[in-house]
Amino acid sequence: MTTKILDVSGLPTFAFGHRSILWWATMGMILIEGTAFGLLGASYIFLKWRVPEWPPGFAPPQLVWGTATTLVVLASMIPNHLAKRAAERLDLPRTRLWIWISVLFAVGFLVTRTLEFTALNVWYDDNAYGSIVWFLLGTHTAHVVTDIIDTAVLGTMAIAGPLDAGRFVDFSENAFYYYFVVLSWLPIYALLYLAPRFI
Amino acid sequence: MSATPVVQREITDEAIAAERIELARSWAQARGVIGFLSEVDHKRIGLRFIITALAFFALGGVLAALMRIQLSVPENAFLGPDLYNQIFTMHGTTMMFLFAVPVFEGLGLYFVPLMVGARTIALPRLAAFGYWMFLFGGVFLYVSFVLNIGPDNGWFSYVPLAGPEFGPGKRADTWAQLITFTEVASLVGAIVIIVTIFKYRRPGMTLDRMPIFPWAELVTNFMIIFAMPAVMLASTALILDRLVGTHFFNQAQGGDPILYQHLFWFFGHPEVYLIFLPAQGLMSTLIQTFSGRPIVGYAALVTSLVATAFMGFGLWVHHMFAAGLPEIGASFFTAASMMIAIPSGVQIFCWIATLWSGKVRFEVPLLYALGYFAIFIIGGMTGLMVASVPLDLQVHDTYFVVAHLHYVLIGGAVFPLFGALHYWFPKFTGRMPGHRLGMIGFWLMFAGFNLTFFPMHQLGLDGMPRRVYTYLPGLGWETLNLAATAGAVAMVLAVVSIVINVIVSMRSGEVAAANPWDASTLEWSTSSPPPPYNFHPATVVASRDPLWEDPPDQPIIDGIRTDRREVLVTRLLDAEPDHRYHSPLPNVWPFMTALFVSIMLIASMYTPWAVVWGSIPPTITLIAWFWPRRKEVDDETHPVEKARPRLDEATGPA
Amino acid sequence: MIQSVLESAGIQAARVESEWWTIFWITTIVTVIVLAVLGIALKRGAARTDATTSHDAHLHRYIAFATVLTVVILFGILVRSIVTTRALASERVTDVMQIEVTAYQWWWSVEYQHPEPEQRVRTANELRLPVGRTVAIKLLASDVIHSFWVPSLSGKLDAIPGHEAVLWLRADKAGVYRGQCAEYCGFQHAHMAFVVVAEPPDQFERWIQAQRKTAEQPQTELAQRGLHIVQRSACVMCHTIRGTAAGGRMGPDLTHFASRSTIAAGTLPRTPEHVNNWLADPQAIKPGNRMPTLALSDADRAALVAYLEQLR
Repeated sequence: MTTKILDVSGLPTFAFGHRSILWWATMGMILIEGTAFGLLGASYIFLKWRVPEWPPGFAPPQLVWGTATTLVVLASMIPNHLAKRAAERLDLPRTRLWIWISVLFAVGFLVTRTLEFTALNVWYDDNAYGSIVWFLLGTHTAHVVTDIIDTAVLGTMAIAGPLDAGRFVDFSENAFYYYFVVLSWLPIYALLYLAPRFI
Repeated sequence: MSATPVVQREITDEAIAAERIELARSWAQARGVIGFLSEVDHKRIGLRFIITALAFFALGGVLAALMRIQLSVPENAFLGPDLYNQIFTMHGTTMMFLFAVPVFEGLGLYFVPLMVGARTIALPRLAAFGYWMFLFGGVFLYVSFVLNIGPDNGWFSYVPLAGPEFGPGKRADTWAQLITFTEVASLVGAIVIIVTIFKYRRPGMTLDRMPIFPWAELVTNFMIIFAMPAVMLASTALILDRLVGTHFFNQAQGGDPILYQHLFWFFGHPEVYLIFLPAQGLMSTLIQTFSGRPIVGYAALVTSLVATAFMGFGLWVHHMFAAGLPEIGASFFTAASMMIAIPSGVQIFCWIATLWSGKVRFEVPLLYALGYFAIFIIGGMTGLMVASVPLDLQVHDTYFVVAHLHYVLIGGAVFPLFGALHYWFPKFTGRMPGHRLGMIGFWLMFAGFNLTFFPMHQLGLDGMPRRVYTYLPGLGWETLNLAATAGAVAMVLAVVSIVINVIVSMRSGEVAAANPWDASTLEWSTSSPPPPYNFHPATVVASRDPLWEDPPDQPIIDGIRTDRREVLVTRLLDAEPDHRYHSPLPNVWPFMTALFVSIMLIASMYTPWAVVWGSIPPTITLIAWFWPRRKEVDDETHPVEKARPRLDEATGPA
Repeated sequence: MIQSVLESAGIQAARVESEWWTIFWITTIVTVIVLAVLGIALKRGAARTDATTSHDAHLHRYIAFATVLTVVILFGILVRSIVTTRALASERVTDVMQIEVTAYQWWWSVEYQHPEPEQRVRTANELRLPVGRTVAIKLLASDVIHSFWVPSLSGKLDAIPGHEAVLWLRADKAGVYRGQCAEYCGFQHAHMAFVVVAEPPDQFERWIQAQRKTAEQPQTELAQRGLHIVQRSACVMCHTIRGTAAGGRMGPDLTHFASRSTIAAGTLPRTPEHVNNWLADPQAIKPGNRMPTLALSDADRAALVAYLEQLR
């Protein structure tokens, strides 16, 4: 007996971008964490409204290290992007190269971030302003640390194998997530460094 | 990529039988203790969620019964203030975080893949991780309760009562960490269900052919994604205030207790809807099946779900009317709170129209759905009352609100849930639920519920506040409180009779066919209970009600490998085949990760440094979780050079 | 004692009660109609032998009609609600009697404001109001969040640390009304009540004049001994009795203790027997409250009761 058949055996076993499962999972994480950052920012503004003077009783954070972080983090988008592109071409040598260069950038970022914490001019237990500043910066730092570990593990996999196409999708999605880590920093930077000065 | 062509080919029953044997081997559930902890089968995980959540429901119910005993007469000495305050906190926390959200998560994990015709869920290990977090969180809460460090500040844990100054000891920390446990579980579950719905639908099941229950789950899980971070933030800031001396909510240092209330209710109000919406999906399911006709107003029903979700984020402030707000702001939230009645009304009208034009069969699941009408409509009406600022300022934080919220949540969510559990009982167990005991359980529940909660409306109007461990005689509250306690007894009997029915039916109920209720959705197209691989052979979907309306010669989907856990990934909107994907194998590391994360969360109540050193073990287990194993490597693209010719098909828009 | 939303004795509560009945009847009628239609639907559906999908367009029209009707009714309810909100706000006037109420775990301190500090009156757990006069109640919280609520007079308002809230109300009928904390505030939230006595203005005036006086001097020997005990014991740390050495502010002002009708924030009627029991073991009556158990002999306690009972 013959039947109508939808034969899908010819389909590939991997896909990049929003066609993949992993992209959507990453997107879900981004939405969750983006919401958390948004609410943290809203809390910052709420606390700001409560008092006549902002920052209350403390000088605004020093611009130098925060700005340095911003520049490093923006620059790191280039190797990150190149790693993503190489992964999507299944180009293993370049993927390895750019993943590890991204890790180096991220470590540089951690150095400037550490210096940033020393230049905030306020401690987390000084007052509510200090608390929210440290909370915002701390939460973002946690994301960066997670992403560095993640990227380094993937970089190790890229060397140790075994590699199938699915791994390259992982490399690509990891880079996609890093975009979020970088781009979420910009509004936080504006809030922490620019708002106390210019609003 | 172009659409996959349909071809004519011979396919024999023997070939299908052989494929089934191979599928059973590839999708075999893991065995032994390690196998139990490694489980990634969505039905097993879903059922674990459901059973665990129902166990917590029973515990929460026992706590409620204790409260009813205490309040049956004035100045009762049965429970003291300390224990009573813990018990009402535990009751609310249990029902909201350990029952209502997880049980619908569990139903989603079990039935969404079956209803969209998939082999499994996306990211099954993440779902397993979510389950273990939920279980450990719940156990942690109850162990803390027994050790006398159970929370006692209400399920909302307002500051400053729960803050460092007025909430000494570990009780408020326990609450804050429980929130983290359950929210992590819900959030990962939300991602799993959303991705499953987006990418695992059977070919032909375009979004506008998807059954209403998966729609409700989709909307709900998006709400979880946007609502849950708020409460995690609130509870984290609370525990930071308590443990490391931050000042988020300390008004003396520029913080504000109102900020906590905003964060909590930005989550807390959507929370109500993310319990209510999956139940709305269940209502549509039950009404359709027992009316024997496609639901009336599919588009209106889906739109209502989406509209409710959006509006649900716009009315959190109505929990804070009594905190004193600018008048214009309050009026906005009144209007928003009333508007949300419109989508609920539309759904009710659609269901009545379906029953009106259908062939109604009064089975137990339908009775529960009808119970919804009688109860939820009253809850909705009292909802309009509390949406009005002046009325709310009178009845807020009184027993009127206790009555309202139970009419909404038990009528709006628990009755449909119980209906659905009866409805899907044959799918879970392979046997039909007993009719007689089912009827007895329903009527006891219905009568007991109303006897318990209806008098509370009057109690609230008579001035009885919530969360009081006792009350004075002579205020006119005695009779109604006694009636409420009598009703609680009936509810306990109802639960007992339902449990007996479950046990009896599982042992000696009538054996269920694939589709015993003559329903239309895909979960009924496979055996009861379904095999580990869910379906084989699977046909392309051609309508919203495939079991009623699809032509018999729909194409069979072939070409998904049976020698490994392969699934078909489809396109988001039109569910056209996109690529084949290797679903993860069972793995013990999600369990280990959940275990170490739990240890870290609990240890962090005692030292903040636990967050640092406690993060190391879960990091290691996470690496183990994701580290590729030989047997899982995709042989079609390993070494990766084999994949290169397919690169064009795998990149770019589908 | 009255503690009921539906027995309003003041303008604010009356406004809400009137809105309540409007919305109650609208929602009741709507509920009955919807359930009746559902009943008919079930009857028709159960009688049918075969489901029909041929009249869906027809049904859609009914659904649309019902939805439009819903919107109209909701709009009506919204307008009714806003009208009440407006009316309630119209009571907000500034040149009225000012009373400051501070909520403590678990009792209420009440202070009648006056431009001259010595004319201010402090009492606890009891609020006297002149009938027919609007008063502004300024709410403060000393520790956690509480909520001030006298259902027969007005809706509730939260007292939040660091925030100031004002509630305007007017008692229109003389009587005694009970109020209670409505925001969960810890251990003894259940026993945080107070009494509102609304009386004719002249009677109120006499009361407040009496309250302005310092404490009654004890006349009997027993009461004099009671005063002596107060002054040499821990009482003075927390309580004020104006005209004596007792000047503590952590507990209720006792200057005119015997003019009040309840003790322990509305927990017990003020009778010599209850006062005696309270002094003997406050933790047995209201576990967790801030009043320590005093080591007093029965005779000393009797003297203390005698003294307190004559503080009119």
